[in-house]
Amino acid sequence: MTTGFHRAAQGGVTIDLEADEAAVLRSMGQLILELVQPPPPQDELAAFVGIGENSERPDDPVLARLFPNGYSDDDPAVGDFRRYTEDDLRRHKRENAQAMLDAVPEQGGTVALDTGEAHAWLKALNDARLTLGTRLGLEEDTYNAYLKGQLSASGLTGQDDELAETSMAALHVYDWLGELQHSLVEALSD
Amino acid sequence: MSVPVELERPEIEEDVRPGQPWLTIVWNDPVNLMSYVTYVFQTVFGYSKRKAHQLMLDVHYKGKAVVSRGSREEMERHVSTLHEYGLWATLQQDT
Repeated sequence: MTTGFHRAAQGGVTIDLEADEAAVLRSMGQLILELVQPPPPQDELAAFVGIGENSERPDDPVLARLFPNGYSDDDPAVGDFRRYTEDDLRRHKRENAQAMLDAVPEQGGTVALDTGEAHAWLKALNDARLTLGTRLGLEEDTYNAYLKGQLSASGLTGQDDELAETSMAALHVYDWLGELQHSLVEALSD
Repeated sequence: MSVPVELERPEIEEDVRPGQPWLTIVWNDPVNLMSYVTYVFQTVFGYSKRKAHQLMLDVHYKGKAVVSRGSREEMERHVSTLHEYGLWATLQQDT
């Protein structure tokens, strides 16, 4: 099992990944690319000045969390802020996920990242955690119960067994991504 | 020479009080790691680890914290940078 990220002697960070860990990271990168679609094609002039068409917060809770309102919900400026920023944010999130996908060797192995690449990973790992955490409806007390080994699968979802097991698997991944992200923060702060 | 056309401007109700600074606010959420949030404040704002850590604690325990103040344009840039890092941030004018 990986010991997480470490500061590299020549600058940047490195991590040794096993094949199954590499597979998890690649599937997370793919997941974000599927969730965060590229901005729709639009009027050339609007695209040129960077104005998108969408002014509404997405209905899907995961997308709403990845693309939050920049003003309070009832502020008249909230729609314009989104039109001016959401398309860039979509591109940014896709680039980070793609950077992580490109860097992870399919069979695992050592990955070396410079500081810029490490920041792309920090954000991609965070987007993956936000996606899983929001889909699981995770709250601080549920997660603490999980850490103490006091959370049963049905306690997580209150639904059928199969879904409960999938949710528990997702929670393990969520937890592991958190450890990985924490080690990356530590390696960058050293 | 072209003659400027008077465009009909949409009436937007904007409650803007000149002179008052704008604030960037970060809200607590159950997902973001404390170490990560601290690191983001250091990186985005250039704050010391101590100040960034204190702001993170304010977000965590009080539910939100003002992390920067300044012009509206500057705060819009801060909010969009924080969204890139996945933090839940909004801006508003100081009251």
